[in-house]
Parts: sequence; structure tokens; C-alpha cells
Amino acid sequence: MSDVLRRLLRTPQGALGLAILAILVAVCLLGPLVAPVDPEKIDFLGRFNPPGGKFWLGADQLGRDMLSRILVGARTTLPIALAATLLGTLSGAVIGTVSAYLGGRWDEAIMRTIDAVMAVPGLLLALLIVNTLGKGSLNAMLAIAVAFAPGMARVTRSVALTVRQQDYVSAAIARGEGSGWIVFREMLPNVIAPVVIETTIRVAFAVMLFATLSFLGLGAQPPAPEWGLMISEARGYLHQAPWLIVGPGIAIALTAIGFNLLGDGLRDALNPRDER
Amino acid sequence: MSPRWFARRCLLIGYTLLIVSLLVFAITQALPADAAVMLLGENATPDALAAVRVKLGLNDPVWQQYWHWLSALLHGEFGISMRTGQPVGPAMLLALSRSLLLAACSLALMLALAVPLGIVAALRRGGPADIGASIVSYLGVSLPEFVTATLLLILLADRLQWLPATGYVPLSENFTDGLRHLALPVLTVSLILIAHVSRMVRSEMVDVLHSDYVRAARLKGLSGAAVLFRHALRNALMPVITIVALDVGYLLGGIIVVEEIFALPGIGRQLIVAIETRDLPAIQASALIMAATYAVANFLADVAYAFLDRRIRYE
Repeated sequence: MSDVLRRLLRTPQGALGLAILAILVAVCLLGPLVAPVDPEKIDFLGRFNPPGGKFWLGADQLGRDMLSRILVGARTTLPIALAATLLGTLSGAVIGTVSAYLGGRWDEAIMRTIDAVMAVPGLLLALLIVNTLGKGSLNAMLAIAVAFAPGMARVTRSVALTVRQQDYVSAAIARGEGSGWIVFREMLPNVIAPVVIETTIRVAFAVMLFATLSFLGLGAQPPAPEWGLMISEARGYLHQAPWLIVGPGIAIALTAIGFNLLGDGLRDALNPRDER
Repeated sequence: MSPRWFARRCLLIGYTLLIVSLLVFAITQALPADAAVMLLGENATPDALAAVRVKLGLNDPVWQQYWHWLSALLHGEFGISMRTGQPVGPAMLLALSRSLLLAACSLALMLALAVPLGIVAALRRGGPADIGASIVSYLGVSLPEFVTATLLLILLADRLQWLPATGYVPLSENFTDGLRHLALPVLTVSLILIAHVSRMVRSEMVDVLHSDYVRAARLKGLSGAAVLFRHALRNALMPVITIVALDVGYLLGGIIVVEEIFALPGIGRQLIVAIETRDLPAIQASALIMAATYAVANFLADVAYAFLDRRIRYE
């Protein structure tokens, strides 16, 4: 594990991504402690205050401090994006493994159905599901998980099938290793790596998808300090107070960039062929 | 591309559309909305409601309702909008034509920018163009469309006043004004496409430039340009077809948001309006048309791939 971390830190993407995400996690854990003021505190005299002075990143239409709202907003976005991705990955991994295990006609039927479901664009599927379940953060999380499951099923299945046929697995069998050794020491590390990489990059998608659903009014509900919702509320004031859009936009982009960089870094660090 | 492969691929797209129709029908059935109340309003008498339910077949078993809906679809009837009282089909096809125009312009802009960017980045690895391409690609995949759209709106429409903020003008009515109205949506949608494709072109180009046949062409004494365009580029661009087809999925998702923000009356905006007003036939039609577009795009990409790369023998 420490070996992977060392290799991860040696890649520029991995080091940068890890640094961004470490700050983000710290902000999530400390939350209101690092926020200068209460994110819900309304201050009518401070309405539309530009960045600077008392309000580092400006104040919104109700005079609420943008910096505090953005910092506290991380606590909504990050757990939901992580939970949605994990749920989608787990269910996808189960479907993919079962499909690979059954094989033959069943495998064919399951995979063709998954291909068909993937013909529905992710945002469209999430939009339809959350619309049926009702708006709200939890339902948005479930919708993102459902939208992710088919893609993850496909990744897990193809990885599981390829790994099973690798020479090093045949070699282990020929050496007379026990099945426990083969599954845990030979197959699992090689199955986990691509799934972990895919999952990490998916978190970035989940962050963006959740923000988009909130922007469309289907995710987090007011007065929650959620980044997508904040941009949606600020749309009416984009001429007089563009900082209301720039701040949360940068927060979303930084979070997504963090996970994308970490995913790329992990791809380099976990790639068993690349031992430089 | 054997006839058997082609027949199988056609069968698969039929299966895909069937599953998609089941999915869309199931989701709209589960919507907490009563079509009869939607049509007659909250104050309708129970008798009137019952009569409408019988007329719409809402009391029939679900599979029978699905069958009626599907057979009407196969006859090209998408139903009557609950919001406007007009047939949904023609309105959706008109909206789709506008969305396809947006998609085509975005794809054209993407190809014009992403391919040269990817090539230059691959030729001068680690140079300024390579670093620039990598920053663009990280930004492109990390900024949701609604953020890019709103930021471009602030910069190009509000601050600089170069482009109109919202609205749609048909190109047939006023060509330049129509293009000016399309500019912001096209810029937004193409950013993510440029990010994906330039990255793909770069990595493919790097691989191809190290291949034996490129080395052989160089050793033969061919000029750099001939090697680049006749040998390397053709092979590097092959996988790009696949990524572009997959990107049609992002494109369709992006179109929903972008059309909503720039008030462009395309299929994505139709979907949002239909969802907001719980207009069941319109939700079904727009979702189905979008999914079908994606499925057909993937199908065409597969066929194009098989046609262009004769080494591939799909069985």
C-alpha cells in the first residue's frame, strides 16, 4: 500500500490530485470551524458586497458570506458524490461478476441489456429517475448510482474475464498454488486496479452530475449551500454579481480536477507493466 | 464487414431500442402523476375523470398499455401533449432538428480545433502546446456544462457584449444572426468534446509515431509531412471515430443543460419543459428520441469503423 502511495506521489498528476483532495477532505471534516461566519447568516446591509474586505469572496443576494457557503458546501457535495459512486460501483461490480460467472447465453443477454441501458445518456437517466423519486439530495444520489451501475458492470466484467485468462494465472495454477492464493494474490490485485481507477474518475462525474441536478432544481434544495444550487440561484444576478457564479464554479471544477488527476495518477502508479 | 455481422448489429440496435422504450415507459408509469387529473384539472368530477380514464385506457393492465403505446410509436404517433393539446411528434422532430444543428456545429468546431491540437501536442511532447492541451483537457472534463455556459455568458454576452445572451433565430431567417445565437451554445458544448478528442488524438499519435511502419516510412526517405499525413495521421484518427460516437452521449446530456440556459428550443429544452409540467407523452417522446439518436450514432460509428479499417473482421 505504501508502495503504491510512493509511486502515486512520484507522478505529477497523483501528487497534485492528492494535495487538492487532502485540502477538500480537511474542509469537509472541519466544516463550519474553518468558515469565517455562519453560512446561513443573512446580512441585508452586505447584499451583493463584491469580494474583498469583510467578505473575501463577496456576499450573495441575501448578504450571506460566499466563502463560508462554499466551504460548508463541500460537506454536501463530497459525501453524496462518494456515496453515489460507491453504490453504483458495488452494484455494477456484482452485476458484472455474476454475468462473467454465468457466461454463455446469460452473459450475452445481460451484457446486451446493459449496452441498451447505456444508450440512455447518464444525465437523461438520472434526470428521469430523480424526477420519479422526487427531488432532493438523497434521491439525486440514488439516481446517480443507478446511472453509473451499467458502466461499472461492463468494466468489472471485462476485467474479470481478461484476468482469468492471463498467463500468470495459468502459471500459478501450473505451479500448484491453492485457489485462495490465486484469487487473492494473483487475480484480485489485478481486478481491483482498473476498477479503482475507473471509480476515482467516476467520482469527478458524480460531483458534476450532482451539481447539475441541483442546478436544474432536482438535487439539493434551498437554502442548502450546495454549489450547483448556488449558481442556479445567482443566475438572476449575473450582471451585478458575477462572483456568485465564479466562486462555486471554481469549487466544482477544483473538486472534479482533483479526482481526475488522482485517477490518472493511480493509472500510472498501479499499472503493473510500467515499472520505471 | 460480413453480412452476418451487419445483420447481427441491426438486431442489436432493435433490441436496444426495445429496452430503452421499456425503460422510458416504466419510469413514466412510476411518475406520481394521474394523467386524467392532468388533463381535466383538479376540479373535475369523479364521473368525468372515470370517463377519461376509460378513454385513455388507464384501467387496462400495464403490459396492454405498453403494447398500445409501442404500436402507436411504430406507426409514428407519439401521442398528444397534455400541455399544448397538439401532437407531440412533429414538435419533437422540429426541436430535434435544432438540436442536431447545434450538435453538428459543435462537432465541426471540435474537429477543427482538437485534431491539430492533439497532433501538435504529440509532435512536441512537453512543449507549450502539449501543456496547453493538457490544461484544456483537464478543464474540459472537470467543468460541468452549466458552469462553462454561465461563465461564457458572463464574459462574452454580459461583459464584452459580443454575442446575444439567449434565444434562437433560424438560420433560414437570418443567417448571421442565427449563427451569433448559436455561438455560445456551440462553444460550451464543444469544450468537453475538444478535451476528450485532443487527448485521444495525442496519445494515439504518440503510439503511431513510435510504430514500425512510421519508422520504415522515415527510413525510406519520405519527407516529414508525407510520413505525418499519409502514414501516421490516418491510423491515429481511427480510434477517434469511436470516442466521438461515445461523446454523442455527453453531447446529448450537455444539450439538455445548454439549451435550458441559452433558451434554445431544442429537444433538451423540450424534455425539461415536459418534466416541469409533468407532460407524460412529451417526456416519453423526448427521452426516447434522445436515446435513439445515441444508439444510432454508435451504430453508425461501428459501421464506419468496420468500413474504414479493413483489418477488422467482425464475425
